[in-house]
Amino acid sequence: MQTQKHDFGESLARSRRHVLQWTGGAVAALALFGGSLPNFGISQALAADLGEGDIGILNYAYALEQLEAAFYTKVIESPYGDMSDDEKQILTDIRDHEVEHRDFLKGALADKAIPDLEVDFSAVDFASRHSVLETARTFEDLGVAAYNGAGKLLESGDYLLQAGRIVSVEARHAAAIRDLLQPGTVAFAGPEVVDMNGLDGALEPAKVLAAADPFIVTPVTTSSIK
Amino acid sequence: MKFINNTTVIGALDPDLVSRLVTNRRGLFTKAAWSLGALASAPMILAAASNEVFAQSLPQQIVDTLNFALTLEHIEDAFYRSALDKDFIPHEHKAVFQHIGLHEAAHVAFLSGALGAAAVKRPEADFTAGGKYADVFSNFDTFLTLSQTFEDLGVAAYKGQAGNLIENDDILTAALQIHSVEARHAAQVRRIGGKKAWDGAFDEPKTKEEVLAAAQPFLKV
Repeated sequence: MQTQKHDFGESLARSRRHVLQWTGGAVAALALFGGSLPNFGISQALAADLGEGDIGILNYAYALEQLEAAFYTKVIESPYGDMSDDEKQILTDIRDHEVEHRDFLKGALADKAIPDLEVDFSAVDFASRHSVLETARTFEDLGVAAYNGAGKLLESGDYLLQAGRIVSVEARHAAAIRDLLQPGTVAFAGPEVVDMNGLDGALEPAKVLAAADPFIVTPVTTSSIK
Repeated sequence: MKFINNTTVIGALDPDLVSRLVTNRRGLFTKAAWSLGALASAPMILAAASNEVFAQSLPQQIVDTLNFALTLEHIEDAFYRSALDKDFIPHEHKAVFQHIGLHEAAHVAFLSGALGAAAVKRPEADFTAGGKYADVFSNFDTFLTLSQTFEDLGVAAYKGQAGNLIENDDILTAALQIHSVEARHAAQVRRIGGKKAWDGAFDEPKTKEEVLAAAQPFLKV
């Protein structure tokens, strides 16, 4: 683990490709200023510039992992009333995994990491099982599609492998959450996420960030326009 | 996208036909679109034809990697078809394994279509592993053990091979899209077996050699 982390960080300097090619200027308007803000991240919404190339992609993953980690931390801090022991174990495991993913990426990015994002979960009713699990499903499926879509944007085989170590765990999360919502059905890999060729989703960063936008207060930007 | 196309092979078939094909004994998918010729729609045949040309232009490393993946998918596909031919899977779990089997058949068709004439043949499998798992298709617990083995192995195998596909964006993306589906399968199978869906925050890769060593007991020499 220590060695992998080291290698991971060291090759950051080698990445070059400009990947987040958004039109419309240096700042992509991804900020949404919600009302009441939870106690996550920084109180002042500094812009988070993802950077270019592989660093940009890793920061993009780091942003998503921050979002997930903050979400499940809140879920476990204030569990919904009818949370079964089984569900609590699953959600606690997932929280721990997302925190590990977040910290792993932060460690790898070192001084190139974006700041802590300020999140907004005001759309989630943490007292409602349905609201929590539906949000979890959204985040997990989105995470899977995000990593699947970002793989080709990475220049470094090392990073691709590290992303691969994370994405299949996200897919396991997605399957488990989906099965909690629709137990014993084919929902774990249902037709709305896996197509007729047996392929899972893959989304471009701009689409993923747009989907995550309602939950992130901090403006997420990229200056990498090419 | 040169070959990621919903009209290719299985995507053009109606669901009832697909499930009949999947539960059939013989490997109708082994030669991908060509063996489906009589059933294929015009767009399918066109897609398959372009795939054929596409495969011819692929570097050997990618062909080898896709054939390695196809071999694993053949094993999984044969495993679920053999299981679903028998009548031992508890009713409440049957839909899950039919669904997984459908995906594995689709992966075989998809990879076969991408490889065209370069595709490896379906290997002969022995899911009892020489008698070690003699009740694999009559004892649900034994079946679950092997199902989890194959799914987790598939996840580790695709992860280990991703780097070999890095030069081709379309193929890499498709492989990643299969990789996460195998992980969804693994999670569901584990939970049916009363286990956690994961081993930890990170899934580890396996090398081609490690994967082949794990699969070897289930292949007839």
